[in-house]
Amino acid sequence: MTAVATALRPAPPARRAPAHRSRTNLIPTVILLVGALYCVLPVVWILIASTKTNGELFSTPPFEPTFHGGFVTNMRALFTYDNGIFYRWAINSVIYAVGGAALSTIVCGAAGYALGKYRFPGSVVLFRLIVAAVLLPQIMLAIPQFLLLAKFGMTNNYAAVLLPQLVSPFAIYLCKIYAEASVNDEVIEAARVDGATEWRIFLSIGARLLSPALVTVFLLQFIGIWNNFLLPYVMLNRDQLFPLTEGLYGLLIITGGQAAQYSIVIAGVLVSIVPLAILFLSLQRYWRVDLISGGVKA
Amino acid sequence: MSAIGDRSGTPPPPQTLLDSASVQPVSDSPEPPARVRRRRHRSLLPLFLLAPAVLLFLLFTVAPGGYAIYLSFMRMKVGGGLLGDQNPTQVFAGLQNYHAAFADSEFWHSILRMLFVAVIGVPATIVFSTLFALCLDAKRARLVGFARLAIFLPYAVPGVVATLLWGFIYLPATSPIGGATFDYFGSRSVFFSVANVAVWGVLGFNMVVVYTSLRGLPRELFEAAEIDGASELQIALRVKLPLLAPTLTLVTVFSLIGALQLFNEPNTLKPITNAISSTWVPLMRVYTDAFVTNDIYKGAAASFLLIVLTVTATVLANAVLRRISRRSER
Repeated sequence: MTAVATALRPAPPARRAPAHRSRTNLIPTVILLVGALYCVLPVVWILIASTKTNGELFSTPPFEPTFHGGFVTNMRALFTYDNGIFYRWAINSVIYAVGGAALSTIVCGAAGYALGKYRFPGSVVLFRLIVAAVLLPQIMLAIPQFLLLAKFGMTNNYAAVLLPQLVSPFAIYLCKIYAEASVNDEVIEAARVDGATEWRIFLSIGARLLSPALVTVFLLQFIGIWNNFLLPYVMLNRDQLFPLTEGLYGLLIITGGQAAQYSIVIAGVLVSIVPLAILFLSLQRYWRVDLISGGVKA
Repeated sequence: MSAIGDRSGTPPPPQTLLDSASVQPVSDSPEPPARVRRRRHRSLLPLFLLAPAVLLFLLFTVAPGGYAIYLSFMRMKVGGGLLGDQNPTQVFAGLQNYHAAFADSEFWHSILRMLFVAVIGVPATIVFSTLFALCLDAKRARLVGFARLAIFLPYAVPGVVATLLWGFIYLPATSPIGGATFDYFGSRSVFFSVANVAVWGVLGFNMVVVYTSLRGLPRELFEAAEIDGASELQIALRVKLPLLAPTLTLVTVFSLIGALQLFNEPNTLKPITNAISSTWVPLMRVYTDAFVTNDIYKGAAASFLLIVLTVTATVLANAVLRRISRRSER
């Protein structure tokens, strides 16, 4: 374990202050290092495991990659499995997560803006309802949602997975709070006096000023949908429609009994982690987490 | 669409008199007021903007909920007729399904198992994410950038994939952490194993939320405490932690909502271990009712019960935590 830890240690921080002036605060640094290793090592291990053939998986030391072409074999097995259905799953995941998050951002952003910037009969009641709905366990609704859609024969298509996830009470709440605080009434008033329609004001002023909240909502919803396994699990039974998560799960079920197929699942796990992790870590700076905790004080 | 569309410069129509009366010379305060005045402005736009959200909410939250409640009071009457060959019909069942759920010890066991995992997972998430956030904020801590990214990384991994990943780590045949000698799916250890996967996935996100809130606190307070001779540890525990109380409340409530909906982790571990049954947690049981034994009525009743229990628990926790957090702020 320690050998791996030292091997893994990243390049020393770029700006190292002169040692005599400020010594490293050891305790928090060590705690952070332990936390980082806990979070990263499993991913590193799966990377190593993906280089192994099934035989090697059970016989070689766990933290030692092998270089006998196992990686290529596994990847080939994964991508050619069932006529390359893995590609299909990946595309489906993008449709569900990116498409769903984008639509959801529009729906929730519009609703939040309306609640934050207009007062009309029922607006206060509606907002209270939304705050209450934040506490609803969304995932638990999946089975009732299925029962209702099944009644009308509307399961087993993209819409059955996309539509139920578009409204997020928390996202609406966040946009409302943000719109109130950052879309300046004087600006809106000035635009009105200049003859802009309410539409125009919403699209060219409101939406723009709201954009930090919208990016945050997009990412939250993206992760939410990407993570929601139960909904596609109940709604879909054609593997052509599966997202990655469900496809991989199915792969495990099929191969469940026989350890001979583990390496293909491991390869699938790796492929579904790495692109998203890179994307996510690079997007991290755009997402305003303070908005989420900021909601408490409001 | 607003009626004031093409009139430029003219005062707004009568219904917006309130607004035109309140049009002020350009405000001299550069910051928007904390409490923004909302105007009564009769335009159809807000209704139009709200319509999709309201409609979707009615269709996919209210209607399914209502339908589930309806189903929960029904049952299937099989085979009328002499030979029992008539189509089964749906008949009113009263509270029968609820009685069945309450009387079923396995239902309560599944709730207990979920609570065990929550009791391990939620405090671990809160404690460690706060600990890491405080360490990130500590003076002269190193590796801060790396640690922040590394701890956040698992958040990008979907729960099912994370469970597959940990599943192989636990599995005796492939385990890199001694799964061959230690049983990660033992009658007790399985709860820790499941909780660990869940914690691994959400730790980073919660850490970033707490850290961001920490960075938003007034630094002067910490400096003042330092001048008064408080040690770094004292500042962290006595100054920073109490100020974080509202954020920690929020994080706890959200973690709790998440924990009470536990499904992905045990459901994904089920194929690789016998320690997890098909009714291991409530949601798995509802799934089994509805899809395996095909009793949607029982499933609907259990679903509705669970939603009520979860909302009640969340509201209670929210109230209690708010009280605690208010006290600690004083």
